[in-house]
Amino acid sequence: MALFGQTIICGFLMGGVYAVIAIGMTLILGVMKIINIGHGHLMMVAMYVCFALFTSLGLHPYIAMFVAMPCLFGIGYLLQRYSIHRVRFVDTILPQTQVLLTLAIGLVFVEIIRVIFKSDFRSVYTPFSSKCLYIGDMSISLPQLISFGIAMAFVAGLHILLTRTDFGRSIRATAQDLDAAKYMGVDALRVSSLTFGLGMALAAAGGALLLPIFYLFPDIGVPFTIKALIITILGGAGSTVGALSGGLVFGMAESLGAVYWAPGYKDVVGFVIFLLVLLFMPGGLKTVIKR
Amino acid sequence: MAKKSWFLPAILGIVAIALPPFLGGYFQHILILVMMWVAMATGWNLLGGYCGQASLGSAAFFGLGAYGAGMLYLHWGISPWWGVIAGPLLAIVVAIPIGLVTFRLRGGYFVLSMLAVCETIRIIFLNWVEMSAGPLGIVIERTWGMEKLPYYYMVLAIAALSLYVVYRLMKSKFGYYFVSIREDQDAAEGLGIPSTKYKMYALIPCAGIIGLAGAFYMNYMAFIEPNTVFPLIISATMILSVMLGGPGTFWGPALGATIFVLLSELLRAFAGPVIGTIHYLIFALILVLVIMFLPNGIAGEGDKIKRLFRGKKPVYVGGE
Repeated sequence: MALFGQTIICGFLMGGVYAVIAIGMTLILGVMKIINIGHGHLMMVAMYVCFALFTSLGLHPYIAMFVAMPCLFGIGYLLQRYSIHRVRFVDTILPQTQVLLTLAIGLVFVEIIRVIFKSDFRSVYTPFSSKCLYIGDMSISLPQLISFGIAMAFVAGLHILLTRTDFGRSIRATAQDLDAAKYMGVDALRVSSLTFGLGMALAAAGGALLLPIFYLFPDIGVPFTIKALIITILGGAGSTVGALSGGLVFGMAESLGAVYWAPGYKDVVGFVIFLLVLLFMPGGLKTVIKR
Repeated sequence: MAKKSWFLPAILGIVAIALPPFLGGYFQHILILVMMWVAMATGWNLLGGYCGQASLGSAAFFGLGAYGAGMLYLHWGISPWWGVIAGPLLAIVVAIPIGLVTFRLRGGYFVLSMLAVCETIRIIFLNWVEMSAGPLGIVIERTWGMEKLPYYYMVLAIAALSLYVVYRLMKSKFGYYFVSIREDQDAAEGLGIPSTKYKMYALIPCAGIIGLAGAFYMNYMAFIEPNTVFPLIISATMILSVMLGGPGTFWGPALGATIFVLLSELLRAFAGPVIGTIHYLIFALILVLVIMFLPNGIAGEGDKIKRLFRGKKPVYVGGE
């Protein structure tokens, strides 16, 4: 029983961090109608920013996060404004040119990082990396708990931003109906660039929160892109609440799979969920929550 | 016109058959790689370029083809050359259920779900040691040792076969159906084209061709392990070759793959000693620039390139 509880708690805490990354992807998907394949790769860039700050200045990743997020926000803004948006109106043979472009951009960042930092595995050891809290027989890793708390704070902040502010309303309007939003005077290019930046900043936050509990190498992005995609589909495309609940469910399922099946197949669990959702619940958790 | 259409391929074919015996081993090796990538890019183009279902997980078929050949030897000691049949077969058998599920998705979702499929297959091959020898990989003995010429003619035949298959398919009714699905899936369905069925008809030869290239890779390289045959970079390279040459054109992928391999070798030879892995960075940059400025590839944007060379201002469509 202790093992089961432990597994659930661990997965739940991890799921919160996944949710932050996935919400970034969902936002971009909602407003720009494209899947950002470079999502995990850019998250990796944020992790390296934190890592560099940690090794050079000794900044803790949770503080370095507030440097990495504006960096990634800027990168995202510029990418959408000067690169991805350009391609949108070009008449091409392939319909998914924008999606392939995000892949290419992601690869560019991976290779830049590889040239600078080499392919070695690295990790950040913080003073409380190995501290635990105990509830009965179950232990809770302190950095995971803190990461979860910060992640939830970001989700709450984003929720307030989307529902209470003018900018949030224009994001939601653009996501619902681009043309109608334009007629109401929303600057669609500005909104989509800022949203891409925001999505990247959330991915950066997720990456920084992962850093104390995870390791780091340039190709780390792909599994996280896939996880974010699975969570997005599990939660229902374009829904923040769906992405949050999807992230938590996914984290627990992955953790259960790692303990009761085999650690090596941890990532296959996500794929099985992905198939089941597609086959039996194509709308995702969103449809269940609304009912 | 009719005369011209067979003239260039015939000359290319004669050169491809007659030239290699006079070249050194290194250049033969490069030509083998060129032909392998020509076959793979042509296969990818059938599903991605003509049918519009750009897949980011085509390395799955490559790896399955390679493992189809390798596992024959590993388990039963059968010559991996039988993998030329078993590899594509395995790739097709796995591709069918994958297609049935992933073709429910459109656009970006499809692209990413294929990536997820490929990663999953890689993880299964890494962890299921009894089936695939896991990360140890499979080592075979090369049939012709250091001799490269027989391998070259094998892979030349594979490339020619893949070009022929795609050519015949695109000249038939199927070709028009594929293009109609790419242009507007809803309209195609409205006209009575069962889109999932025809996407499957594009996927099966695509998986078969890429699997065949994989089976050849096993025989030629004599060593495979999951991380060398299933990585993202193989799928991305197929996309790069096709995007560079021109998606949805017949000669585009072959042209793109040739440029890609030659450029890759040049960069590795000259830039490699200076800054390690910089040739990958240059590729990724080329891919970004090609998608941004030549989204229809060299073959698809011939007019724009011609105008550029004549010193006239190129007209960029769209883009503010």
